[in-house]
Parts: sequence; structure tokens; C-alpha cells
Amino acid sequence: MSALEVRDLSKNFAVGGALRRSQVHAVDDVSFSLQPGTITALVGESGSGKSTVARLLARLYDPTSGSVLFDGGDVARVRRRKDVLRYRSQVQLIFQDPFGSLNPVKTVRHHIERPLRIHRVVPPAQVEGRVHELLSTVGLVPPEEVAAKYPHELSGGQRQRVSIARALAVEPKVVLADEPTSMLDVSIRIGILNLMLKLKDEHDIAFLYVTHDLASARYIADDILVMYAGQIVERGPVEQVLADPLHPYTRLLLAAVHGERIDERRGSASAAVDPAEGCRFVSRCPLAVPVCSVMTPPLVEARPGQSARCHVTAPAT
Amino acid sequence: MSAVATKTLIEVQGLQVEYGRVRAVDGVDLTIDTGEILGLAGESGCGKSTVANAVMQILRPPAHIVGGSIRFQGEDLVGKSAEELRKYRWRNVSMVFQSAMNALNPVMRVGDQFVDMMRAHEHISKHHAIVRAGELLDLVGMDKRRVRAYPHELSGGMRQRVIIAMALALNPELVILDEPTTALDVVVQREILQEVEALKRDFGFAVLFITHDLSLLLEFADRIAIMYAGEIVESAPASRLAENALHPYTQGLMRSFPPLTGPRVRLTGIPGAPPELREPPSGCRFHPRCPHCVPEDAALYLRQTTERPRLREIEPGHSVACHLVEA
Repeated sequence: MSALEVRDLSKNFAVGGALRRSQVHAVDDVSFSLQPGTITALVGESGSGKSTVARLLARLYDPTSGSVLFDGGDVARVRRRKDVLRYRSQVQLIFQDPFGSLNPVKTVRHHIERPLRIHRVVPPAQVEGRVHELLSTVGLVPPEEVAAKYPHELSGGQRQRVSIARALAVEPKVVLADEPTSMLDVSIRIGILNLMLKLKDEHDIAFLYVTHDLASARYIADDILVMYAGQIVERGPVEQVLADPLHPYTRLLLAAVHGERIDERRGSASAAVDPAEGCRFVSRCPLAVPVCSVMTPPLVEARPGQSARCHVTAPAT
Repeated sequence: MSAVATKTLIEVQGLQVEYGRVRAVDGVDLTIDTGEILGLAGESGCGKSTVANAVMQILRPPAHIVGGSIRFQGEDLVGKSAEELRKYRWRNVSMVFQSAMNALNPVMRVGDQFVDMMRAHEHISKHHAIVRAGELLDLVGMDKRRVRAYPHELSGGMRQRVIIAMALALNPELVILDEPTTALDVVVQREILQEVEALKRDFGFAVLFITHDLSLLLEFADRIAIMYAGEIVESAPASRLAENALHPYTQGLMRSFPPLTGPRVRLTGIPGAPPELREPPSGCRFHPRCPHCVPEDAALYLRQTTERPRLREIEPGHSVACHLVEA
């Protein structure tokens, strides 16, 4: 049973004036599912649409089309406040910036207590105990001491742990982590990644880990989704995809981090504006053949569990 | 060793910089030879950008140098007049900042920004400056005609190339790159670093490359210095550091980057967080996070917690500041 399933999700943003109105296809026909107790990495460069996907799932945006299935219902269509609240308590978002996501004039205790009370997770008498339990879970010890502190008294890594404890407070089934370590010092990033690994095992949480860092994706994820210009261009088990990628874009990304020399036609991973039919990677692709410019390749499972959008390496049969 | 006689270009000795009462840089020694790439790695707040700003002589109050010297080709920069320093900047040493792509004036064409910068430093006609700007853009892999572009018409990577071209305009002996690619995507980052390497070969300038990404330095730098809490804790040729990192902090940094190949092993990173420089730890500044600092070894523990280790050379070109490593 999937914890959350995304089907044909698209999000367009309108740009330009009344006369030259264009549609930016930030997320285009994206489908995947998140399983309990697994971490799925969503990787891509800036502008590829990966954060938009996380925000769509968190219901910060309404999708243009497609559905998000959770607990048997389509949450993309949920409107009633009660239902939205329930969904938000089950699907939590952790932001990139641990400095901006905590209230500077409130203590750590306040941040963790609030969701416990709003969502009535435990009876009021047990709130205090639960706060301490959550802080210990994320490695903030001794919890009594940390709970009384203000955000400015904590380091970046500790603040991100508070954000995680706050997300866990409501016992979510799904956690969306949008570049949770990119603003932290390198020496403490691993600690946060290890915490996510621990939580997925102990709490059976389905994680979506949004990142641009392939190495950290390999470190914690079970499955990987590679995004380019709003589309998923490759997916599969992380080890398999990174050891033997199908899509030329995944290969390019790997070459860049492996320190291989790159000679390529320049282009960008940014969302496509009023995209024409055809592969979006075609102008940068070393393998391009004529069909690539006229037909958008579908996501084809070319090897067991591994799919790519490429006419050459993953042809539709 | 290269056959060409190396010459010291920059020599920093005992540099101390304070921001108000906080000492951000405390006794840093550093040399940069002509034509070499020196990498300076460390985490945010360790003082690496402050060192760069001191070398560039652009520290602004409340930051001020309270001790030590910075010699450029033998001449001490500390105490030079404002006019002498104005000439030194950009002509002798130029700098590419972390958010440099946002440093361009949004309402001026790229070419005009070159003209302004060049004419501030040398007598050159506007026409010649524009031609030179086109040549420089060509050098960094851009179309000459982009001199007519406004910054918003360029991508982040191209704006960063423009800034690098500007940094090279006056043929400086040293180019400081302060996190030049952290805001860029991996593919663009790789292309720009390849470009810098090629330009360095052609022009022979030295590079001071500042980053938190040790893996980049292992690849691009000739020598690497590791900074922690305002001090240099280890410095070595890049190849030696890769094989034989001796300081526990350097070792911890190396363990903080998950690998893309090989077995998937659990990493430990470094426990704790970098210290507040307002009140740095006593003794070795790394001791609260050091896995080798345990009370069981009483004699060593006493030294680690009370005595500041000095940077000592333990093999040619490889220095470490650690009580565990005996000279």
C-alpha cells in the first residue's frame, strides 16, 4: 500500500502580460508513489520543478491537473478546512531554511507544543512529556534544557532538528523534506541525513527527499526520481540508476559530480515555457536522433524497475 | 616539484582580524606562490572569507586587522595608503564573490560595466575598453556580442562568467574565488571550474580558492589549507591531504561527503557544531568535537583542553596543528 500516490500531476504558471501570455510548465505529467518506510529522492537542478512538486504535495499550490491520492481520496480536490487540516497533519513539510522557519520570539517548547495541541495528538496532560520525547528522538538532549531555549541559542543543525521534531509531533505518514541540509555546515549534514534514515525505519514514514545532491541521494534514498524541465526523465532504485543510468541527462549530472570533463551544448534544466512537442533535453543531448525533436518520449521501463524518457536508450516497444 | 622556480606571491603571517570584540581570524599563516591554486576550506564562520577580504584589503569596519602582516611580493599591505591600495586592488589581486552574479548593475549593459572598471584603473578609450571586454568574454567562453546584453538577459552561469572575465581584465597576479560556484548547478559549476583552470594555464595567475566543498578542492587545488574557528589546522599538497589527512577535523570533513561509488556505508560526520568565536574553546579549539579527546588519557586530555596546538611541519609541505601528531 502506497502512503501517497501522485498521478499525472501538472502545474502551470502564467507569465507575461495580457497580450503575450505564456504558460510555464513547472511540473508536467509527473507520476510516482511514496511507500511507507522508504525514502524517495527527487533530484534535479534549480528550476527543474522539484520544489514545486513538494509544494503541490504539501497543498501550498493547487495543481493545474492530475491527482494526489492519499488515504483513498484525491487531496488535490479537498476544499473543506477540516479535511485540509487532517491532510496537513499527515503530510508534513520540512523546509530548507532552519533560520527562517522558526519563530525567533518563541521557545523550542512552543514550536513542538503547538501542533500537538492544534491536532489534539495527545491529551493536554501528556503534552509536556511528549515534547521531551520528541526532542530526544531527534537527538536534542537533554530535552528539558533544549525545550526552554530560543531559536537564536541553537546552531543551524539543532534548529533543523527542531523543525523535524515539529514535523514528527503529529505522527505523519509522509514527510516532504525540501533540501533540508543545503543550508547547514558540511560537518553536520550527515547527522541530519542519519536522523532521516533512523526515522524512516522506526516510524515507518514515507520520505520525499528533494535535493540537487546526487551523493546524498545515494546515501539515504531507496528510490530516485530525476527531474528535468518539469518532467521526470528517469526513475528507479537509486543504486541501479546511479550505477548505470539510462537517460543522457542523468549521465551528464553524474559526469559533473564525478569530475569528468564536460563538453556539451549549453542549455538549462529550467521549466519549459509553452513547450513544443519533442524531448526537452534534445538541444543538449549527445545521442539525439531526428524523432527526438518531434515527439515527446514517454517514460518507458527499459530495465526491471528502471524507467527513462528517452527514444534512444529506453525506446517504446 | 615543478621545474620552474616557484616564487612567493603572497605571504600572510600571524594575521589577526577582529569584528568588534570577536576575533574571527586568529594567527593565520599562509603563502601563495605564483601560478598555484591554493584552496582554503572550512565551514561557515571559520574565517576563510575574512582571510580573503584581508588579502584583498577590503575589510570594512567593524572588521579590522589587529595583528600580523600581509606581504604582496615582499611589500607589507598593512599600513599602505588608501590610494596605493586602490591601485593594488583589481590590478594585482582581483576577487570573484560568492553572490557575484548579483553584483552586476542591472540597468547597465555588460560592456559598459567593463568600461567603468577599466577606466577607473588605466587610461583607455571607451572604444578600446569595449573591444577588450569582448575579447575577455570570448576568453571565458561567451559570445563577444554579449557586451551589449543586460544582466537579466544572462543566466546565472553566464553572469558568473562575466564576473570572472572582469576579474581577469587587468591581468592580476592573484585571483581570489570566494565560493564562486556554490549558487550554481553542478553542470555549470564544472564548466566554470574547467574554464578557470584553462585560463590559469594561459595567463599564469595564482588562485586563492575558498569553499566549504573539500571534494572540489581535492580535484582543483595544488595545495589545501583547512580552517577551523579562525585558525589553520592543517595544510598540505592536495594529493597528500587526500591520502594522509592527519587532523581529526580534516578527517571528519572527509567523512562528511557520501561517495557516489563503492559500498554504501554509514558515515558519522562530526558531532557537535562549530564554536561561537565570541568565546572559543580553551586549548585546542576542536577539542569539544574531537573523537580523540577523552578524559581517560589524562595527560593528553589536559594538553588538549588547555594548550593551544601550534601548526608544525611534519613532512615537507604538510603542516598540522594537533597534539596527537608529533613532529
